[in-house]
This record gives sequence, C-alpha cells and structure tokens, in this order.
Amino acid sequence: MKQINFDHLASSQILPEVWEAMMPFLSEHIGNPLSRHFLGEKPAKALEEAREHVARLIGASAEEIIFTSCGSESNNLAIKGIAHAYEKKGRHIISSPIEHHSIIHPLKSLEKQGFEISWLKVDSKGNIEPNEISSLIRKDTILITVISASNEIGTLEPIKEIGRIAREKGVIFHTDAVACAGLIEIDVKELNVDLLSMAGNVFYGPLGTGALYIKKGMRILPLIEGGIQEKGLRAGTHNIAGLVGMGIAAKIAKEKLSERRDYLINLRDFLIDGVLNNISDSYLTGERNYRLPNHASFCIKFIEGESILLHLSFAGMAGTSGSTCSSEALKVSHVLEAIGIDPFLAQGSLTFTLGIDNTREDVDLLLKELPRVVNKLRALSPFSRSTQVA
Amino acid sequence: MKEGHQFNQYSPKVIDHFTNPRNVGEIEDADGVGEVGNPVCGDLMKLYIKVKNGKIEDAKFKTFGCCAAIATSSMLTELIKGKTLSELKEITNKVVTEALDGLPRVKLHCSVLAEDALKAALKDYYKKQNKENQDETN
Repeated sequence: MKQINFDHLASSQILPEVWEAMMPFLSEHIGNPLSRHFLGEKPAKALEEAREHVARLIGASAEEIIFTSCGSESNNLAIKGIAHAYEKKGRHIISSPIEHHSIIHPLKSLEKQGFEISWLKVDSKGNIEPNEISSLIRKDTILITVISASNEIGTLEPIKEIGRIAREKGVIFHTDAVACAGLIEIDVKELNVDLLSMAGNVFYGPLGTGALYIKKGMRILPLIEGGIQEKGLRAGTHNIAGLVGMGIAAKIAKEKLSERRDYLINLRDFLIDGVLNNISDSYLTGERNYRLPNHASFCIKFIEGESILLHLSFAGMAGTSGSTCSSEALKVSHVLEAIGIDPFLAQGSLTFTLGIDNTREDVDLLLKELPRVVNKLRALSPFSRSTQVA
Repeated sequence: MKEGHQFNQYSPKVIDHFTNPRNVGEIEDADGVGEVGNPVCGDLMKLYIKVKNGKIEDAKFKTFGCCAAIATSSMLTELIKGKTLSELKEITNKVVTEALDGLPRVKLHCSVLAEDALKAALKDYYKKQNKENQDETN
C-alpha cells in the first residue's frame, strides 16, 4: 500500500541534496568545529556556511543566527532568555492564546515566577488584532511574542503590523515562525522582528534542527550553559550533520520558495474544496485564504478525531487531530478552544499539512478515503441518523 | 499496515473491534437503554438491551468516541449477550479490558464508560419493569 504523508509539519522526507550534504559529516568529516586541530576545520567551515544559508532565508546576517536542536528549544531560549535578561526593566509580557505549547508552557512557568502575561484576544478564524497590542503595552512590558502562523489552524498573523507597533513603542518582539519559515517569504528587517524561531524539518531539512534569529545587539541569557558554542548562547556539541542539512535545505527553500508555495496553495485549495464539498457537516478551521500554503484543517461533526486518524492510518495516510482523545494529556486543542469552536465539534478536529512530495493523485486518494471513513464512523455515532449517511 | 502503525499501543483485539465493530445499531423496542459519557469530553456511549426470560437476548450500541471507546462498546455487547441478569454483575470494566487484551493506560476510562453504560441500561430496564408491574397491579 502507498504511504502518504499529510502530516508534513510533524516530519518530512529530507531532500536528496540534504542527505548528500549530511553524509560526509557522519563519516569522513567526523571533527568537532571547536577543535583546534585539523579535524575541526571542515565541520567549522560547513557550520558557518549553513549559518549563512539560514540567515539568508529570513533576511538576517549570519552572526544573528543561533543554532538549536529544534523549534521548541528556539522558543524556550527566546522567551526565557529575554525575560530573564530584562526582568529588572519589567516583568510584563504580551502573547496570544494560540501559541505553540513551547511558548505557552514557558510563559506559564514565568507567570509562576512573578511575571505577568497579557493574553490577546483572537477571533473565530484565529486572527489577532494588532491594535489590541498597542493598548496593552505598558512601561514594564519587556516582550511581545506572537506566532507567525498557527500549526493547528494555519492562519497567518499580522506580523508586520505587530512589528511596527513593537518598534514604535520600543518593546522587543519575538515570533514563533516554526510552521512557516522556509514556506513563505520572511524578511526579519522588513517585519521589524527582534527574534524569530524556526526549524529545519519544516523545509525538508532533518528533524532535530532549529535556529533562533536574534537581532544584533539584543541582550539575551542562555538556557544551556557550558562551552562557547553559539557565542555562549547555546552550549553543547553541535549536531553538525543535521545543521549542515538544515543549511542546504534553507538554501534550496529560498531558491524554490515561490515555486513551492504556488504548488502547495493549489494542492491545498483542491483538498479544502474537496473535503468541504464531499463531506456534509464539515467545517474549515482558520482563515480560508490567508493561511499557510500547505495547511488544511477541519472539524468533522458527529465523530471523533483519533478514530478518523486511525482509519486513515490503516489506509496508509497520515494526518493529525486536536481532539481530546488524540492527545496524551486528554485535553482538547487549546487553539480550537481559543477560537471558540464548539467543544463537541472540536472533537472531530482533523489537520493535514501538505508537502512538495504530495501530488494531486495523493490528494485524490485522500478525498476518496476520507468520506468512506467518515461514513463508517458516522454509522456508529449516536448523533447522526444512519439514513443520513450517504 | 495494521501492525507497527503509529497507534500500536492498541492490542490487535482492540483494533479488530474498532475496525469491525459488533452489534452496531439501535433496538427500537429496547427493554433498557443506557447513555453515558459526554461528547464535549470526547466520548458518548449508548447501549440498548433486549431482555427475555431473564437473559440478554440482544444488545446493540452506538458510540461517539475514539478507538478505545468504540472497541470497548463492541466488546461489551459481545460479553453480555446471552448472559443472565445476575451474571451481568461480573461484567466490570476490568473484564471488558481483559477481554480486549488490555488498553493503554490513558484509555482505561473508556472501559469504565462501558461498565457505566451497562449499569445505566440495567437501571433503565428495572425502572421500566417496576413501572410495568405497577401498571399491571393497577
């Protein structure tokens, strides 16, 4: 059976070029870039090249890129690193309720340490109103952190607007761009962003690679202390092969950005229309057009998400869900809750993230299989009359 | 594909009852109906029983929920069919779980739901019986 990945934000096949670039650093070039002997030379050079590629992808300069192990680490470093560096100035932070857990949880732990968090409102599509940020900024506000694009509902946030406000008011602005860096155009200077989190696997680099852009001159404290790697902001031996892979992936992502984006948007719209037209009582979550190019998320009424995922998985198709039962913590997605989705409907949450390896035929197969799965589960559901099932 | 997939915390028996659930449906003239759970929390189970000569002659279910909720409902109906009313006391959540060769720890509450559904259906049955008896004596 063909196995089709519709969960690209979780993991993607790395590009052949990425694999090729990585392999030498798992075999002949085994050195550590910090070594003062010949073994360190090639890895050190490759690391700096990778940094250059990652910087160019987002319009930054290489010295502004700190490599990390993943998007979550980048987010933690940004939030805790800035909070503790500026806590003498103030302890007020502004954020949104639709952030990734790697933002929400650090903020909650800062709250316990005496920081005060203002949570922005979001509308039913997940949009943040930049003017609300203006009204919440106080003298002791040290940080604004807003996600660039929600990994759960796909909506793109008005980062440029928020950046302008933050700059005007002199507040540091971080954005979690993990779900979109490498997929849409990002220029940190134009967006007035001070810190930006990203992950290599989102643009076909390897899993376990990440970066944090930190604007030149910004004061920040490290999470991991030790050696002088990454200017002392992230101690620990580098994952050289991984970061080299991330660098090449970033280079290719920049070259192919618009081509990939157009391809994905086309496929995404085909998927969204296909689901909404072929499945009764199905609803799109997030914005229809102003959303991630690869993202299609829904709620399917009368049935539960984990059941859908499992049936799709049997058919060789990977997706994800924000339902209570599909989470280990047995909690419904905080993002679906924040945008006010009816809690019963939210149980039928279903998210697909497409990749450049997906074809129209793949989506066709999904559009054939999904209605079958939905009908099968609705036939079991006490909420839908079996006669209703087509 | 069913082996080694990402939900491999489920036993083959659970997967079997999930993909081929037994006794799905409603009994229009049911002698007892039990509805438990809360759709807002992710699962709701509705169990229908038909009782004849002190035995469960038929049992059907409709369930909204995850794989574990569907599998426990299906297994419950299998376990209770043909049992006498007094034998049903032995059908606990533990029995349902064991019959399915176990459930992941976070899904154990689904088996509790199954036991509760049975209790609720029996309660409904006895209530109806009492009412009928009263009607007859009146």
